[in-house]
Amino acid sequence: MSEIEQLVHQAHQTGDYLPLIEQIPYARMLGMRVMRLGEEMIFHLPMNKDNIGNPILPALHGGVLAGFMELGAMLQLMVSTNSPTFPKIIDFSVDYLRAGLSRDTYATCQVWRQGRRVGNVAVTAWQTRSEEPVATARAHFKLD
Amino acid sequence: MNIEQRTQAFLSMLRHCQVLGMTVEQANENGLIIKLPYSELIVGNPTTGVVHGGAITTLMDTCCGISTVCYLEEFEICPTLDLRIDYMHPAEPGKPIYGFAVCYRVTPTVIFTRGVAYQDDRDMPLAHVVGAFMRMGSAQASGLSLPGLGGEA
Repeated sequence: MSEIEQLVHQAHQTGDYLPLIEQIPYARMLGMRVMRLGEEMIFHLPMNKDNIGNPILPALHGGVLAGFMELGAMLQLMVSTNSPTFPKIIDFSVDYLRAGLSRDTYATCQVWRQGRRVGNVAVTAWQTRSEEPVATARAHFKLD
Repeated sequence: MNIEQRTQAFLSMLRHCQVLGMTVEQANENGLIIKLPYSELIVGNPTTGVVHGGAITTLMDTCCGISTVCYLEEFEICPTLDLRIDYMHPAEPGKPIYGFAVCYRVTPTVIFTRGVAYQDDRDMPLAHVVGAFMRMGSAQASGLSLPGLGGEA
């Protein structure tokens, strides 16, 4: 078993996905965290000035928000499929609903369809209230 | 300022893009090319060294967003309305990734953009992208106070 497969296995066993997230350089750069509440996962992106796009608002870069949502979708799918490897992204579509300001951001994911080869995941990201999302996204992943 | 200088000025304002080391390669009335150098920071799969899709989304959101500068008379803040990326194949580790974007329709309220992410050959893209951007009026006229819409810049 590779180091990553071991980490995935351990994360599935313990429910603590942070050691796995910390092995993904891009997730580490963004500063992503995860909270596990029972079976549910809430992804957390703490405010970080290096993630800012528009300096005037200041606002989170739209690409950072999208990247955070894509990482969340991927991890959620790994959990629900008990996958030992990272699913590969097929397509990703994001709608920006309101300005993602320079503050902590949260995301939850819903796996709508999990076939043998492809998974469909919806993501909602918010900052103040989950009913007022800053962005919604949808992704397809190829499952190995 | 010419188009290239305006796009460079725009890109240099975006902190996260500076962190990723993005630079303008080419900018004219036919579109914009931005370079994203390869770096360990943006790897999504530590086993293969392949760049995470999020870094490509950031490149393409930035590239599509700044490409509006190539088509507008005056500098305008254009937040992203939506963005869609279709991945053709993973990026080859160790090589820079280029984003190319054009605006194919400019209306008084929305700008429609599309483009590709590629490495060696623009005709063999890693990803195809389409994005719509809101027009908020000129940066000065809007007083830079953006109601509601978020996104790239």
